[in-house]
Amino acid sequence: MWESLKEFASWFFVTGDPLIYGAMVSIALTMVAIVFVLTKYKKWGWLWREWLTTVDHKRIGIMYLIASLLMLFRGGVDALLMRVQLAFPNLEFLHSDHYNAIFTTHGTIMILFMAMPMMFGLFNMVVPLQLGARDVAYPFLNAVSFWLFMFGAMLFNLSFVIGGSPDAGWLSYPPLSQNDFSPGPGQNFWIWGIQISGIGSLATGINFIVTILKMRAPGMKLMKMPMFSWSVFSSCVMIILAFPILTVTIALLYLDRFAGAHFFTMDGGGNPMMYLNLIWMWGHPEVYIVVVPAFGIFSEVVATFAKKKLFGYTSMVAAVMGIAILSFFTWAHHFFTMGTSANVIAFFAITTMLIAIPTGVKIFNWLFTMYRGKISFKQPMMWTIAFIPCFVVGGATGVMLSVAPADYQYHNSYFLIAHFHQVLIGGVVFGYLAGIYYWWPKLFGFKLDEKLGAWGFWLWNIGFYVCFMPQYALGFMGMTRRYYTYGWDLGWEPLNLVSTVGAFLMGAGFVFQVWQITYSIKHGERDTTGDPWNGRTLEWSIPSPAPFYNFAVVPQVKELDDFWRVKEEKANGTYKEEPVHLEPIHMPKNSGLPFIMSVCWFIAGFGFVWEWTWMAVIGMVGVALVMWARSFQYDTDYYVPVDEVRRTEASLGRVY
Amino acid sequence: MANHTNHNSHAESHGSLKSYVIGFILSIVLTIIPLVLVMNPLFSKAGTIIAIMIMAVLQFVIQLFFFMHIREGEKPRWNVQTLVLGLVIVLTIVAGSIWIMAFNV
Repeated sequence: MWESLKEFASWFFVTGDPLIYGAMVSIALTMVAIVFVLTKYKKWGWLWREWLTTVDHKRIGIMYLIASLLMLFRGGVDALLMRVQLAFPNLEFLHSDHYNAIFTTHGTIMILFMAMPMMFGLFNMVVPLQLGARDVAYPFLNAVSFWLFMFGAMLFNLSFVIGGSPDAGWLSYPPLSQNDFSPGPGQNFWIWGIQISGIGSLATGINFIVTILKMRAPGMKLMKMPMFSWSVFSSCVMIILAFPILTVTIALLYLDRFAGAHFFTMDGGGNPMMYLNLIWMWGHPEVYIVVVPAFGIFSEVVATFAKKKLFGYTSMVAAVMGIAILSFFTWAHHFFTMGTSANVIAFFAITTMLIAIPTGVKIFNWLFTMYRGKISFKQPMMWTIAFIPCFVVGGATGVMLSVAPADYQYHNSYFLIAHFHQVLIGGVVFGYLAGIYYWWPKLFGFKLDEKLGAWGFWLWNIGFYVCFMPQYALGFMGMTRRYYTYGWDLGWEPLNLVSTVGAFLMGAGFVFQVWQITYSIKHGERDTTGDPWNGRTLEWSIPSPAPFYNFAVVPQVKELDDFWRVKEEKANGTYKEEPVHLEPIHMPKNSGLPFIMSVCWFIAGFGFVWEWTWMAVIGMVGVALVMWARSFQYDTDYYVPVDEVRRTEASLGRVY
Repeated sequence: MANHTNHNSHAESHGSLKSYVIGFILSIVLTIIPLVLVMNPLFSKAGTIIAIMIMAVLQFVIQLFFFMHIREGEKPRWNVQTLVLGLVIVLTIVAGSIWIMAFNV
């Protein structure tokens, strides 16, 4: 009995690596500590009532933000481990299998479990407030989305200690990701972690499209909608068109692995190249899905901190919507070297170059907005200004890569690695950080400390260039991606060492930001006005932190940047005070079902990963039961009485 | 918080049990036919592929009518716009894949 148990454990858990044993111990200790604190301070009920069952978009946004910062930490540690391994030639810090697992999880986590949730967090925190709405269109579905993401991400991260991490690259190309070359549950963790959180992403896309089309405040025509909401709309259009492709593609991959199908196998009529073709049909729009909201954030930040109307609003709208469509016509540039026909390559090279046009339009719009503006260099603006040169260089190297004959030289080299890190860090990460700094006071009621933030900012920025500029050169010197080590004779060691130093500078920047958040919770400048940045859009017209129903009175919108108009009219005395009339506010009720349903998905996913059909069936039956229960639930909403609204507003310093 | 202040009266129809069951059965039948055709080849390879594609298009139409309620809604203009965009993307996926995966053949 004991022997068979030991055998099961050594097969079930990942064994043999001191780094992983250390991680297991720290995970166990953290979990014990969390349980202890929650029990000691009797917070279990609070956790369930206020957070796990919430359908409030602001709280869901905060949970997305926390989860994405944790994932940023894990993905960042992966990156630092890789950089340590590559700092010197022939280093034996990580062995090759472990290195493969780490670059796989780094890529998957950073895109799907860091960038996506941070983006959804910003959607949730900002869009309803910006539109003058009291929640998203489908608050229950919103909670379902969040918990599906959360449990998908947990399932993926579990692979680290149970069963073994996936190690076939962040997109798991077959034939490497097939059973022959990747036996065991690792690849299944990759498939099901993404599959479960992908359902949540798709639902979020639908949710926000409906919110934007149906829930805008009266008078807010589409062309009077703030730029960030436009960028969210563009991103959601891409989500609902692209994510089904991902779902189908990796479902087919799972059928190959689980049921012995032959979609992407080398034999039996399968074609692994078809997988590349399909996955990049999702993969290319995916990078625009994450970067377009960052463009929206920059537009808001630039207009606010230059104290000017956004230059070229109409062209900006055209540019973000144009990118949404164009993004579906460029996917083959990820595999120019696959050996398809010259016409195909020419077509996709040209469409790729076309992308530079709407992006260039946006860059000039931001520059012209700043031109002759009274710029105040607060943290969101600092990140925006840092973004522009970084993204221009990243975009230019992208155009270099789009030149197909030259791409045969760059393909899969460190030149490519440097390019996509430059657009993803310089565009997405800088953008989301700008957004977090910008909207933080609205969510939490205090600003993040400027001084610690400046340390974080400069460490990130200097670290970025020190880390990635050498990698462009390394690419030209012939270093290809996913090498786990290299010899002394290649002459790569100085640049690799510099790059590693840069990575640690960025890591230090992240530590400063964590310090900044913890410090500011106590000492940060409190926001008592609700409008700490002299903002232009509706979210700044309500108190900070926003009350749970957002707007006591639904605003009447007359112009783009309507809150700015109100402030200007008040300043020059032309503002006509309209009599306010409080009404009961219609709100959704909290529900535990999204959490329970996602737990069932997690159980099903775990069963699918280990190919334990009985467990998968139990989980899926649970999912079906929750859906059944929900469809007979009629008591899903309530009205907040006028008295309570008046009391809440008075406690926030607003008298009606 | 969708616009359903009144639960009992739906302004527009969301289909009946009958239409859902019909759509479901038709979808299943249209899925089983290709499976049978592949397991017991009646036609040549090219014929089978064409048959599968016809079934796929038919199922697409059935989903649009029975589950997506393409005929309903206050503003059919939106439906048409999104349908056109969706068709463009579907066409790109299918035709693009065929073009890319032909490898000069």
